[in-house]
Amino acid sequence: MTVHGTRTIRVDTLARVEGEGSLYIKLVGERVADVKLKIYEPPRFFEAFLRGRHFSEVADITARICGICPIAYQMSAIHAIERALGVRIDPRVRLLRRLFYCGEWIESHTLHVYMLHAPDFLGYQDVIAMAGDHRAVVEKALRLKKVGNRIVQLLGGREIHPISAAVGGFYKTPTKQQVRDLVPDLEWALEASLETVRWTAGLKFPDFEQDYEFVALRHPDEYPFNEGRLVSNRGLDIDAAEYEDHFAELHVKHSNALHSVVRGRGSYLVGPLARFNLNFDKLPEVARQAAVDAGLQPPVKNIFRSIVVRAVEIVFACVEALRVIREYEPPAAPRVEVPNRIGVGQAITEAPRGILYHRYALDENGLIVTAKIVPPTSQNQKRIEDDLREYAAQLVAWPLEEATWKCEQAVRSYDPCISCATHFLKLVVEREDAGN
Amino acid sequence: MLIIGCGNRQRSDDGAGILVAERLRDLGIPAETRSGEAADLIEAWRGADDVIVVDAVMTGAPVGTVQAWDARQPLASVSTTASTHGLGVAEAIGLAQVLQCLPAQLQVYGIEGRRFEPGAEISPEVQRAIEDVARRIIARLSA
Repeated sequence: MTVHGTRTIRVDTLARVEGEGSLYIKLVGERVADVKLKIYEPPRFFEAFLRGRHFSEVADITARICGICPIAYQMSAIHAIERALGVRIDPRVRLLRRLFYCGEWIESHTLHVYMLHAPDFLGYQDVIAMAGDHRAVVEKALRLKKVGNRIVQLLGGREIHPISAAVGGFYKTPTKQQVRDLVPDLEWALEASLETVRWTAGLKFPDFEQDYEFVALRHPDEYPFNEGRLVSNRGLDIDAAEYEDHFAELHVKHSNALHSVVRGRGSYLVGPLARFNLNFDKLPEVARQAAVDAGLQPPVKNIFRSIVVRAVEIVFACVEALRVIREYEPPAAPRVEVPNRIGVGQAITEAPRGILYHRYALDENGLIVTAKIVPPTSQNQKRIEDDLREYAAQLVAWPLEEATWKCEQAVRSYDPCISCATHFLKLVVEREDAGN
Repeated sequence: MLIIGCGNRQRSDDGAGILVAERLRDLGIPAETRSGEAADLIEAWRGADDVIVVDAVMTGAPVGTVQAWDARQPLASVSTTASTHGLGVAEAIGLAQVLQCLPAQLQVYGIEGRRFEPGAEISPEVQRAIEDVARRIIARLSA
């Protein structure tokens, strides 16, 4: 079908992303004339809010930026401050932090795979409609998510905005028995996550491959959570301290959020696909095999397949949690005392939806002089627009409703945490047919 | 009786549900705080048969309006919760109905908010509504 004139596709509410925002796509004939993802940025508010606070308050404050990934915010903040102050943590504390992150990945990925993204693939309006036909699947999702929640509660100390993580360690660490009590749940979760990989692999994926610059942490021995160098498939290999030398944030007129780019190159992709493609060799055997059986071989370049990669990462998180629990010995002290001093520190950790960069400058009293937070969704934002420019071009012949649906599904593939990169996101996909 | 206050204290009026829970705790009445994310809520009330949920909403009513509804009634008129999370209280109730794990009694109090921007400031009308809801819950507990 040949289309003449200007068309715009509009959807007023983008559901099933965390929060709300807006997306606008304008088609002129068969050309995509404009793509604008509008988001707002609370982390910028928090940067100002953090100034003048003592570093010991930062973990608690940053945990409130996002209800879905509070651990990521805490971990990036704590690691950055520890680097600023030259703190060395107990290796047993380091292990516990990996367990903490496992809990968040299990929770967040399960929520996204089953409750936010799967309905798109199965043609349901939402998970409520899906549950009518797939009750056992949704029940399993709730149970799986709860396993992650149990880990976060044990280490975080309460149900929302965990408070136990601290600069230097934890305020309180669990006993050996307490972590061992998680084992039966995690053994069940491992099986459930393997089923999740098989189940998601059976979904139907649009044919849409792009040539991404994937950016993720890489650690010599581990699939990354808290540590490693920041690498890409185009030769980037840097320490977190060099992040701002290699990445720039651009103001764009249509959004309060800043667009991140690799200096001299442009947009890039963070999150499950990037981690998987750059760290496939670091996955435990069972996760790697599950991926291969599901037809995933790096590089995976189809963003829609990130739902399968998320499932593989749930497998990883379960295996890793079980490993940590086997090795766990409570540290002699939950945390090391950290004196006030002047310093600057940067850290990057892997939030479920991609790398999260924090930088803090501290004065001699341990007070925050400057804070900088670059959330994963603003790093992906330009890439989402670039992808939609390509993807919308494939959709020009589709009826409005289906094109809109497909654009929403595409946006959800990035698991945009709009409540951390933005506040209310409204998706607007507008189309005007020839002659209108 | 399980009382759950939902929201985010750092999102202006979205903190209303949390503040009701904290107000009740100050008075010695046990109350939980949750983000309001649907799956989490379903797990929170699983096994309980008498539950009260408080959350901020945005329905177009005057700021500070308190709407109380029985979760067993249709939720069409309150599907516009202003939660800053993808699936909120309305979705939790809808999903629990399908999965047949809705508590036998579930009362929801929605407090109409004005601002949901980052910040800890609560609109004065919402502040008054928080007191009102806390009083109504206490009255129900003493009935």
